[in-house]
Amino acid sequence: MKRTLALAVCVAMGGSVALADMLAPADVTYGDYGAVEQSLTGTPGDPENGAQVFLARKLGNCLACHANSDMADQPFHGEVGPPLDGIGSYRTEAELRGMIINSKKTFQGTIMPAFYVADDFTRNQDKFEGETILTAQQVEDVVAYLMTLTD
Amino acid sequence: MRLSTLKTAACGLALVAAPLAASAEDLLINGQVEINTEVQPADHMKGIVPVVRSGWTFRSPETQVLQMDDFDNPGMIFVDQGMSLWQTGDGETGESCADCHGDMAESMEGVRASMPKMNPEGTDLWTLEENINNCRTERMEADEWAWESSEMLAMTAAIGKQSRGMPVDVEIDGPAREWWERGEELYYQRVGQLDMACANCHEDNYDNMIRADHLSQGQINGFPVYRLKWGGLGSIHRRFKGCMKNIRAEPYNRGSDEFKALELYVASRGAGLDVETPSVRN
Ligand code: HEC
Ligand code: HEC
Repeated sequence: MKRTLALAVCVAMGGSVALADMLAPADVTYGDYGAVEQSLTGTPGDPENGAQVFLARKLGNCLACHANSDMADQPFHGEVGPPLDGIGSYRTEAELRGMIINSKKTFQGTIMPAFYVADDFTRNQDKFEGETILTAQQVEDVVAYLMTLTD
Repeated sequence: MRLSTLKTAACGLALVAAPLAASAEDLLINGQVEINTEVQPADHMKGIVPVVRSGWTFRSPETQVLQMDDFDNPGMIFVDQGMSLWQTGDGETGESCADCHGDMAESMEGVRASMPKMNPEGTDLWTLEENINNCRTERMEADEWAWESSEMLAMTAAIGKQSRGMPVDVEIDGPAREWWERGEELYYQRVGQLDMACANCHEDNYDNMIRADHLSQGQINGFPVYRLKWGGLGSIHRRFKGCMKNIRAEPYNRGSDEFKALELYVASRGAGLDVETPSVRN
């Protein structure tokens, strides 16, 4: 609700994200191994903002689980997931997009959260009900950032 | 049996206790109370974890030492408070715990190690808090203490300490079985927007860092624990709530059937670990 409103305002003000181009979580189509070809917004991701989303504890908080040499200046890299060094060299953009949107389509039963899914989770807190962890554009930004992590 | 004895005994027989022998240093309190912090899994835990480890083994040396001497342990003042509450009359009858139970060191020895357990009628699973409140309302005709009140924390800490060094040994068969099974279900149930279960962190990923936190097995043998972050003691159910909130799940209430069931199940995962109450965590 909040997000739709923000977007509406954005569009009214001539913002670059048109509602029509935004793919809702339920409309995402996955390939056999969970890859997602289609951009969620049609607007190219911003890698710098993606790095912020990767770091922020209330957004991606990706560093909680993944070590990342590109962020060597940051303390506390996690060990729960694989290090993401060079990920942009061996994964395609579509694979990475799918991994962020819903990693369970690629790795069944993984601990990694699905960042662009709004299904009814069990005992979700009211304030997160029907909400995704990241916005469509934040997903695109993180994907753009991951693509910069090359060997 | 203490870890050192166990190690020697096991080595004399065979190398079956290899994981134990490779373990971290033991927890020795006041230079005399030895605490088993790493034990072989009980039957129902075989194949789930190779070694059952106390949360103490995952803490930094700075936090660990706070639990090695009672003068340094910030939880001990609450134990003292609990011991004086034990002697204090209250309620319509004006009786104190001591009037019925005498010396806490004798009558409460081993109690924490067996909690939670079925009530005398076998109709409900009672935590230590509920056992205390039952005495207050039925015998002293006093008001219940709130779950997280300073009185309840002090009393559970004092009673818990009387089991320090005794292995956790909860009843999971008979009428407790249903509760245990419900607890097991909850332990593996993914919840919240982050869609995780207790097991994702405390079974699949213990010993891994999750950002600044060193994940433990989520054992409860040291509760109520003094947490530096809380600046005070906290109950088992408070910790459960915190973990659920972190994964953006709607926590159950303190004292709810769900948390009681989970408490029994988690206690049983730590079967054989010595009670450490009051333990110190970051
Ligand atoms: C709670 C832990 C956790 C969080 C948070 C997390 N991940 Fe993961 N991630 C994992 C795990 C574990 C795997 C490995 C898949 C598996 O086996 O379950 C993984 C796999 C991946 C992969 C695939 C690696 C490969 O080699 O194919 C990528 C890419 C990735 N994560 C990126 C991210 C990004 C970006 C974020 C934040 C937006 C993130 N992860 C947040 C745990 C996490
Ligand atoms: C996202 C990861 C995560 C999940 C899921 C999680 N916890 Fe935790 N838990 C932690 C962290 C981090 C700590 C603090 C470090 C430690 O002791 O592991 C902790 C601590 C604990 C402790 C304190 C251990 C001690 O020695 O003092 C208990 C008990 C506990 N968790 C139980 C649970 C239960 C029960 C659940 C499910 C309802 C759960 N946790 C879910 C991350 C998690």
